[in-house]
Amino acid sequence: MPALPLDDAGPYVAGAYLVFLALVLAYVAIMAVRQSRIQQEVDEIARLLEQRDGGA
Amino acid sequence: MRPTFGRGLKTLSIASAVILTAAFAMVFFYAPNDADQGFIQKIFYLHVPLAIVALCGFVAGGIYGLKHLRSGDRAHDLRSYVAIHQALILGVGALATGSIWARAAWGHWWVWDEPTLVSFLIVFLLFACYQPLRFSIEDPERQARYAAVFAVVGGAFVPLNFMAVRLAESLTHPRVLSTTGGAMPGSMRITFLLSLVAMAILFITLCKYELSAKSTRIQLRGMRRRLAGEDDGLALGRSAAPQQV
Repeated sequence: MPALPLDDAGPYVAGAYLVFLALVLAYVAIMAVRQSRIQQEVDEIARLLEQRDGGA
Repeated sequence: MRPTFGRGLKTLSIASAVILTAAFAMVFFYAPNDADQGFIQKIFYLHVPLAIVALCGFVAGGIYGLKHLRSGDRAHDLRSYVAIHQALILGVGALATGSIWARAAWGHWWVWDEPTLVSFLIVFLLFACYQPLRFSIEDPERQARYAAVFAVVGGAFVPLNFMAVRLAESLTHPRVLSTTGGAMPGSMRITFLLSLVAMAILFITLCKYELSAKSTRIQLRGMRRRLAGEDDGLALGRSAAPQQV
C-alpha cells in the first residue's frame, strides 16, 4: 500500500481527529443541557419546599 | 445507602484532559511516520483505542448486567446502561475514524468483505438495539432484567466475535495487536499504549459523569414526587434510561 503524500493524508488525519473532537464536544453539550434540566428540577423542589413551609 | 457515582470525578476529568493531550502530542511530535502508510497512519492512534475501549465498554455492560441479575441491585443496571451508552458513542467514533482511514488507504469508505470491519459493525448494531429494547418495556423491574440479559448475551458475544475474526484470514485490515506487537517500534508502541490509556480514562470519566448526572436526576425526581405528595411508586413514564437506583 503506497503511502499518501502529506498534502493528501493531512485532511484525512485532521478529519478523523475533528470527528473525535466533535463527538466529545457534542456529548459535553448534551450533558450541559441535562445539567440545566437538573438545575430546573432543583428550582422546582425549592419552590415546592417554600410552598410547603409557607402553608404550614 | 445510595452509591456515590461522582466521587473522584474532578481528578478523573483533569487526568483525562492531561493524558489525552499528552497522547495526541506524542502522536504528532514523537511517534515517527509509518514507513508503509506514512502520515495517514496517525489515525491508527485514535481509531484503534476507540474501537478497543468501545468493545471493552460493551463487555463491561454485560458484566454489570450479570451483577444486576445476581444481586438485583439497580445501581448495577444503571452502570450497565451507562457503559453500553458510552461504548456506543465511542463505537460511532471508531466507525467514523475507521471509514476515514479506509478512504485514504484503500480508496473506499467501507469494505464489506473485511471481517474486522463487518464484525465490529455487527457488534455495534447489536448494542444499538439495547436502548430501543429498554424503551419498549415500561415496567422498570422487567426493563432492568431483560436489558441485563441482553447485555450479558451481547457482552459474551464480543470476545467470541473477536476470536472468530482473529481466526479468519484477512488480507486487507492491518494487524497491530499481535504476539509480535505488530512489529511496531518502541516509540510507536509507547504512543499507542498512552493513547489507549487516555481513551480508557476518558471512557471512565464520561461514564462517571453520566452516572452522576442520571443518579442525581433520579433522586431529584423522587424528592419532587414526595414533596408534591405524589406516590413514589412506579408511575414514572416510559424511558430507556433506568429511573430508579
